[in-house]
Amino acid sequence: MSSCTIYKRELASYFSQPTAYAIIVIFLLFSLGLTFTFGEFMRVGDSSLQWTFLFWHPWVYMLLAPAVGMKLWADEQRTGTIELLGTFPVSTWSAIVGKFLAAATVWLIALTMTFPIVATVNYLGNPDNGAIFAGYLGSFLVCATFLAITMLVSACTRDQVVCLIVSVSICVLILLCGYDPVTRELAKLVSPGVLEGIVSFGVWDHFRSLSSGSFRLKDFVWFGSIIFVCLLGTSAILSAKRA
Amino acid sequence: MIEVDTLTKQFGAKRAVNQLSFTVKKGEVLGFLGPNGAGKSTTMRMITGFIPPTSGDAKVCGISITDEPAKAKTKIGYLPESAPLYNDMTVIGFLKFCAEIRGLKGTERNDAVERAIDTCFLSSVARQSIDTLSKGYRHRTCLAQALLHDPEVLILDEPTDGLDPNQKYEVRQLIKRLGKTKAILFSTHILEEVEASCTRAVIVDRGSIVADGTPAELLEQSGTGSLTDLFRKVTSRDTEAAA
Repeated sequence: MSSCTIYKRELASYFSQPTAYAIIVIFLLFSLGLTFTFGEFMRVGDSSLQWTFLFWHPWVYMLLAPAVGMKLWADEQRTGTIELLGTFPVSTWSAIVGKFLAAATVWLIALTMTFPIVATVNYLGNPDNGAIFAGYLGSFLVCATFLAITMLVSACTRDQVVCLIVSVSICVLILLCGYDPVTRELAKLVSPGVLEGIVSFGVWDHFRSLSSGSFRLKDFVWFGSIIFVCLLGTSAILSAKRA
Repeated sequence: MIEVDTLTKQFGAKRAVNQLSFTVKKGEVLGFLGPNGAGKSTTMRMITGFIPPTSGDAKVCGISITDEPAKAKTKIGYLPESAPLYNDMTVIGFLKFCAEIRGLKGTERNDAVERAIDTCFLSSVARQSIDTLSKGYRHRTCLAQALLHDPEVLILDEPTDGLDPNQKYEVRQLIKRLGKTKAILFSTHILEEVEASCTRAVIVDRGSIVADGTPAELLEQSGTGSLTDLFRKVTSRDTEAAA
């Protein structure tokens, strides 16, 4: 119940300020812009959207997801409203869940706004809509993972800029682990076992399988566990800071 | 109503609050005095459940804040020192949010918000965005938030800080009025406030109580009939510490 109240407040706060609008517009510009330029959507003629459209999402999230999540706790700590929240009869956990879901909803709206591209491939070709849905789900999970990481960083600092820089750096790292050109270089340096470990830590292995339409349990476990650990870490940091 | 039992808070090597014990009964307004850094805010933060005590306990209406924090918090209305608010909300939106998080719904919620707005003279700014408010209005909005659920215990950290003389007078009158039916603990630097609105006062210094009594008793204790003299006598000064 209190999660729901906090969720509503956070979501309204995104839309009462320019944040959500700016993020949604920039996300649409970048994701669709890259699809039609480097993604060569018109030339490739691939209706699955995997390489032309969805491939670009993690790159855009890497910068924009921390921008959505950076204020979540940093701002509460800077303005002191965390003291209000901490003395309301709500648990830290329900505040964390409410805030996380609000930020995730902004991204869900942004993703939904890309529906014209799905309509277009359906009009021009005969795509597997189940696979496209899986791709969208994968894209959303990548975003939620980056948001959870940002939230964890946000609990550590009261400075939003520091939070943005640190979160983007972590997201870049996770993105580069397992990105093909990087793994090719790494293969020359480390043993196959270590390389496999690095690749499985990166986002691509899990995102790629979902965006190609296959549901593997291990991918959901990967996304789910990173999100859960980050939220749990946020709770631990917030409690430790007060003690 | 408020029972503080050997409450202690240790921050690293510094003991901010040292085995503090006192009680505030229903119908009592306790003035909490002391120099800056004496441990007043820390004590209040522990009673409200924002920070956990190192040892000792505080009970609010017989409910332990360490054992049953969520239940104890429902009995408390708290005004933090800096009067923190969500700047992106309107006054009425903020109060509705606070009422909802305290479990008030529908007409019950709207009535509570209306009552708090009337009590704190906020009707002229009710639909205004919080970031456009002057300091006096911000303070009163935060005070209104503490009154929403008609709590049995009020904890106010420097409620008259930064207000103009008219607003100070109004807040003191309000504290006096509310004090008849509730237990109120409020901290202040302004010694006249003690005579104006307290039924009892304690002076703390370096985390311990150094004087306790009704305003009349404290005046007698001073020997000169001046609370300022007593305050200077029983508390340590920064200049002394530096010498």
